[in-house]
Amino acid sequence: MRVAFASGKGGTGKTLLSTAFARALADREPGRVAYVDADVEEPNGHLFLHPEKVTTTRFSVPIPVLVDGRCRGCGACQRFCAWHAIIALRNRVMVLPELCHACGGCIQICPDRALREQMRSIGSLSFGTTGGLAWHSGRLDVGEARSTPLVSAVLESAPEGALTVVDCPPGTSCPVLAALEGADRVVLVTEPTPFGLHDLDLAIRLCRVLGLPHVAVLNRADLGDGGVRDHLAENDVPLVAEIPFEREIAVAVSEGRIPLADSPALKEAVERLIELLESPGGPS
Amino acid sequence: MKQIAVFSGKGGTGKTSLVASFAALARRAVAVDTDVDAANLALLLPGEDTSEKAFYSGRRARIDPERCTGCGACRDACRFGAVRAVGTRFEIHTISCEGCGVCGLVCPVPDTITFEDNLAGTWRIRHTATGLLVHAQLGIAQDSSGKLVAHLRREAETLGERAQMPYLLIDGPPGIGCPVHAAIGGVDLVVAVTEPSVSGEHDLIRLLDLAEHFRRPISVVINKADLAPKVSTRIRRVCHGRGVPVLGEIPFDPLVPRLLAQGRLPLDARPATAEAIRETWKAVSEATERG
Repeated sequence: MRVAFASGKGGTGKTLLSTAFARALADREPGRVAYVDADVEEPNGHLFLHPEKVTTTRFSVPIPVLVDGRCRGCGACQRFCAWHAIIALRNRVMVLPELCHACGGCIQICPDRALREQMRSIGSLSFGTTGGLAWHSGRLDVGEARSTPLVSAVLESAPEGALTVVDCPPGTSCPVLAALEGADRVVLVTEPTPFGLHDLDLAIRLCRVLGLPHVAVLNRADLGDGGVRDHLAENDVPLVAEIPFEREIAVAVSEGRIPLADSPALKEAVERLIELLESPGGPS
Repeated sequence: MKQIAVFSGKGGTGKTSLVASFAALARRAVAVDTDVDAANLALLLPGEDTSEKAFYSGRRARIDPERCTGCGACRDACRFGAVRAVGTRFEIHTISCEGCGVCGLVCPVPDTITFEDNLAGTWRIRHTATGLLVHAQLGIAQDSSGKLVAHLRREAETLGERAQMPYLLIDGPPGIGCPVHAAIGGVDLVVAVTEPSVSGEHDLIRLLDLAEHFRRPISVVINKADLAPKVSTRIRRVCHGRGVPVLGEIPFDPLVPRLLAQGRLPLDARPATAEAIRETWKAVSEATERG
């Protein structure tokens, strides 16, 4: 079972909800739950979960490199590359590694077999544990452009058969798609502002395109207006819980704590999500 | 025309409300929303839009089911998992297809796999009270955000130069990846909006590293600074240690989300909030002039 926390808009409380949910779930079923931080551009889960016994490995993607002396400068690779990541010069090529999507096409199309693939490191993968909860995280190196392969890798690193909680990146494009891959359910964390509403609508449409069952949690529910609630009702998206703005939550978040003990509203939201997970039919 | 780009790393720190306030305070500016995944700036800068323009980027593969022999060469070659078996034939899962063309390269039956231009999103120009806004919407589940950002910036630059606007204000996307790279290149000043939390601080440091990587001058604004004064102090210390100026501190104001809900700017919030934003814009515009 894999539950993904997504939002469209950033800063709505995905990490707050997903870490609290994973923590509460692991307290009930120690050793069976994994938290996966799929926001590899800005991973934050560790700041709240404080994992121990952390192991980190480098993560690499293949890029083309020249085999000495073979290139005759025909330019087939440059013409083929959809991302303009390879420039043919006289008898050699220049590769722009940040632009390369690692499709392997240039290697295949080269008539002189002048290119081969070499692994290039773009970030790191870490795992650790925290009180019966497994923590898996990816971290893109600063200056790297393409996070999608690392998002997929961190999801694959999670143990099979675990209850997996995925903390998604914001947005609705490729890194989010990669993070939602294989999700059984999506929890959309939103807020009652026009921004929250606008981006929630995009996130709902994304879930529909992907055919993923989804529910919503409304964070800072008392700051803003009611538009989000109406929109959820009109779209038949169950609103599982509302969490008001509480200074206790803001303070805990500022200090890197999960305020399950300080905020009854957060605790209740998490319990409702767990109930939903355990219900046989689940959300529509 | 000076280009000021507002980023945050972490989402939800207040980039968009700050950019909209800057646009109002600048009096004349062209603004561009480069958070094309989830574009919100238009919600705060009302005005009249030009007609929607299509943005095509890349291609998507299509397999002719009549010609496909089911050999599976395309599936084996595709690195994006975009070729899926349907019965004895194969089909492209369009959402996963990145349009690289490798399937077409390996297919043994001519004209079986064809490529169509991909409609990645739409964009518009808006005439607002204080200038222009260039904004877009990336299609759901699209992968060309960096290219769309680059396109919007070129349009905004051309429009701004033509209208002799003093400022180009860029509302940046969250994160540090490809759309951010497209939005940060060549700007005169990066303004990093952070908030006093462990996440805000963590993501700010990555943004400072990114600005250094791209050799762009960066300054910091701490939003909701009074929510956790100790963390704000720590952030100021980090900035000081790296020689990064903190150009503004804006207090937490519960009125702000209520105003946003009415499409109003935080400049209408409590006097202390409005004053802090005005001071911040003054410092930002002066820092940009100094270069």
